[in-house]
Amino acid sequence: MKSFEYVTPSTVEQAVRALGAEGGLALAGGMDLVPTLQEHLIAPDRLVNLKAVDGLRYIRAEADGLRIGALTTLADIAGHPAVRDRYTALAQAAETVGSPQIRNVGTLGGNLCQRPRCWYFRNEDYHCLKKGGDRCFAADTSADNQYHAILGGMPCHIVHPSNTATALVALSASVSVTGPNGSRVISLDDFFVLPRTRLYAENVLESNEIITEVHVPTPAAGSRSLFLEAADKSAFDWAVSGVAVAVTLTSGRVRSARIVLHAVAPIPWRARKAEDSLTGAVLSEAVVKSAADAALAGAKALSNNAYKIPLTTSLVRRALAEIA
Amino acid sequence: MAVTPWKPTDQMTVVTKSTPRVDAVAKVTGRAKYTYDIKPKQCLAGRLVTCPHPNAKITSLDLSAAEALPGVKAVLALRNARDMCRFAGEFVAAVAAVSEDIATDAARLVKVEFETYPFVVREEDALKPNAPMARGEGRANANDGNVRTDGDVDAAFAGADATIDGTYSTQVQGHVCLETHGVVCEWNDAQDQLTVWASTQGVFSVRDGLTGALGLDASNVRVVTDYMGGGFGSKFGPGEEGIACARLAKMAKAPVRLMLTREQESTNSGNRPSSIQQVKLGAKKDGTVVGYQVRSYGTGGIGSGAGFPTPYIYRTGTVRAQHSDVYINAGNARAMRAPGHPQASFGMESAMDDLADALGMDPIELRKKNDGSDRRHRQYAVAAEMIGWSNRRPSGSLPGVIKRGYGIGSATWGGGGGGTQAQVDIHADGSVIVKCGTQDLGTGARTVVAVVAAEELGLPVSAITPLIGDTSFPPSGGSGGSTTTPSVAPAIKVTADMARDALFAKVAQALHTTPDLLEARDGMIRDSGDASKSISWKDACALLGTESMSVHGAHDRSLSSSGVAGCCAAEVDVDTETGKIMVRRLVSVQDCGLVIDKLTTESQIIGGAIQGMSWALYEDRIMDRIQGQQINPNLETYKILTTPDMPEIIPVVWMEEESLSRGVIGIGEPPVIPVAGAIGNAVKNAIGVRVPSLPITRAKVLAALARKGNGTT
Repeated sequence: MKSFEYVTPSTVEQAVRALGAEGGLALAGGMDLVPTLQEHLIAPDRLVNLKAVDGLRYIRAEADGLRIGALTTLADIAGHPAVRDRYTALAQAAETVGSPQIRNVGTLGGNLCQRPRCWYFRNEDYHCLKKGGDRCFAADTSADNQYHAILGGMPCHIVHPSNTATALVALSASVSVTGPNGSRVISLDDFFVLPRTRLYAENVLESNEIITEVHVPTPAAGSRSLFLEAADKSAFDWAVSGVAVAVTLTSGRVRSARIVLHAVAPIPWRARKAEDSLTGAVLSEAVVKSAADAALAGAKALSNNAYKIPLTTSLVRRALAEIA
Repeated sequence: MAVTPWKPTDQMTVVTKSTPRVDAVAKVTGRAKYTYDIKPKQCLAGRLVTCPHPNAKITSLDLSAAEALPGVKAVLALRNARDMCRFAGEFVAAVAAVSEDIATDAARLVKVEFETYPFVVREEDALKPNAPMARGEGRANANDGNVRTDGDVDAAFAGADATIDGTYSTQVQGHVCLETHGVVCEWNDAQDQLTVWASTQGVFSVRDGLTGALGLDASNVRVVTDYMGGGFGSKFGPGEEGIACARLAKMAKAPVRLMLTREQESTNSGNRPSSIQQVKLGAKKDGTVVGYQVRSYGTGGIGSGAGFPTPYIYRTGTVRAQHSDVYINAGNARAMRAPGHPQASFGMESAMDDLADALGMDPIELRKKNDGSDRRHRQYAVAAEMIGWSNRRPSGSLPGVIKRGYGIGSATWGGGGGGTQAQVDIHADGSVIVKCGTQDLGTGARTVVAVVAAEELGLPVSAITPLIGDTSFPPSGGSGGSTTTPSVAPAIKVTADMARDALFAKVAQALHTTPDLLEARDGMIRDSGDASKSISWKDACALLGTESMSVHGAHDRSLSSSGVAGCCAAEVDVDTETGKIMVRRLVSVQDCGLVIDKLTTESQIIGGAIQGMSWALYEDRIMDRIQGQQINPNLETYKILTTPDMPEIIPVVWMEEESLSRGVIGIGEPPVIPVAGAIGNAVKNAIGVRVPSLPITRAKVLAALARKGNGTT
């Protein structure tokens, strides 16, 4: 393994400086970063250990919403009463990550920034598009792409692995990001980007920026949210499909709805047509069914993952039916 | 001296009862040391270099950069230029260094250049005309296979009232030993005596493999296995890694620990071969099967051995069977828990249930009609009662989104023992040491040794010190074929009886009686006809004075036997919208002759159910067609059943006197056999359509339901 410098700053500003313009990588829980190092997928000059940075581990339920420090562990989030009560989708997403050990160490910021699980990407011997190669192995008709994208995949067919990302997009969350020129707030709708926009990363973060906080606005009265996933195994596995929905109902009618598909696209995938179809509607069985169909309308299977379309349709239908 | 038979079971105080593993506390507290934990002073870390290509010729091999890395103590080529590598993961070189990290870096600095050749990594691709030759030009990817016939199967099918055709297939399964393969090797200062700590299921097989490879005598090599983390048939002999480690240790003049990485374990430590079985089965209206035909293929990777027994279990009247081994550029098969039988069982049990549906007959009734084992007939009744078979409805007849189904499968296995010796030492302070050169594969061999000695000496299990896992102890065979307990238990009994009788000879004088009247029970030795003549075990042993007693004995055939029957019933729920299968309960009924320890027997039945279910629903070695590597050589994407998804497993140890009186037989393998068939049949019963290939994934369930919906099934 290439030797690297290991820096432990105590403030966000020091951390940003330490990251530098290139060659630095931020280390939080290390649940993804350490394996990527061991698998020789990355060879940083510098690791910037964020764990000693003060004041980035908190959950505050405030008047304008929920504020979560980027170093807050997934276990803290999953177990927090206010999160469970009013931001249910986030609690459910956090508590279905990996295993208890991973949730005790993994952080929210790290979970949002983790790299894809694509097995071609994760294998050093496969020089794929995302690593600067000239092909997406998953796109091949003889590929094993059962876990890959059915939406938004061109030209790289990864799926975004973060449960919390999907839930937070459904909850209209944003992230505060600090870089050398100060801080900015980015809506999560704009934070995650498709491979056609940015091939070598999954979000808009620059190499010397770090997430400091996640903000989730207070849900309007009559709002409910939930996160539902389907995985091969109930623990220690990544979802093959999932959905987060956040719906505000007024007098039995949908005032607003967000439907975000999980593990089927390179980003948490807003099913906007399905969302629009719900506005003003009563969540009847027929409305739910047609919204679920609309959510997958543009999906296109690879050679080996057609099952994700009926599966995801079923999950969307179930999620909306449960909300109704 | 004549060998005495096992006591009547109603007189047994320890054997047939439930004794917790004698090493349970050591294991759960971490005091038990596995090969991974052995770190002699100055121990170096060994690491193997593998070939990344599925079919390639080595053109050059340059060790110099690895040798030059500070901290590297030995670098060894395992292949030469011009050698062929026939699968990705073959070992080509090995290094030893002062730390794991440096060894890992050094392995990456070994420069191997390859000339790559076309390859084939899937059975169906290997069988295509003009497919690349997995083993090189001129060596076909498949043999034709002999046709085996018994009777006129065509006439039988013509006269049958119902016939079914189906293609049932099973995937390659990894052993997935939680402790990967490997050894620690330490030479003495003179470099002529080697001590090896090995993660093995055969300490003597490791010794003999090393003496052969290194030109040593058996007297120069000692192999120790106190504890090992799983073998399942893949850990006999030292392996290439063990021989490489011994050579590295000699070169470096320091002990070396070399354990495979998980990736190496996945690609190059053996597996259960696949099978593709085109089956035709025919029967009369009353369920009498009259004909069975199978054309089967299977791959043991670059090796052979993909055959399996057909027809399995049931009488079929007539038979036509033809099997071909298919060669592909993937790691070779090794024996795995009941080699051949799970494949055979899945094909046969699936066909039997499809036939039962075609006949409109209850699957258990169909089996009883064609199963010659009376014991299994009684087992079916127990399994049916416990799983709630009466709740079973005709396949596919249930309404609703989540559908419940029931299925059954059967098993048979040999087991049986031999080739084991033991030593019992009784000391004047009353302590008892029992030595046997067997090893504990995980089945509880150390407990078996203690339990049998305790029974025969009339002592509590805690009074026995069992010592196993060392080639300096009396010889025993490898732990394979479910032979360990039937080999070890009789040897311990014979030897303990000899020691006891020798002690009786001393005690008889002191008690003024004759040895033949004495019995050892509850920590006492007493005259069976005169209760006043008794002495505690401790006082009896004091009579030995300064002469500790050491007795050597051997297995006797009259105390063990072979041949077991079993069956497994499954209850599953299938979510027809998401394809998810939830196994609710597994009832597994198994006999094994005389049950030595009921608790570890139950543990084997439960473990078999878990591994069988894992194979049925999760595990799959996925070979990438593009670059020819296994694309899931890790426990993230090679999925195994984990605790939250485990069903309620109900083990039924068969305690009928008819079975117990047969002597000791093995139980390690048979419980894995019937599980996939039972689960597959339960899924079909639930959803009304067969998913004929393992693993039964949600993708396959959804596709099968879609075909059924379209009327294309």
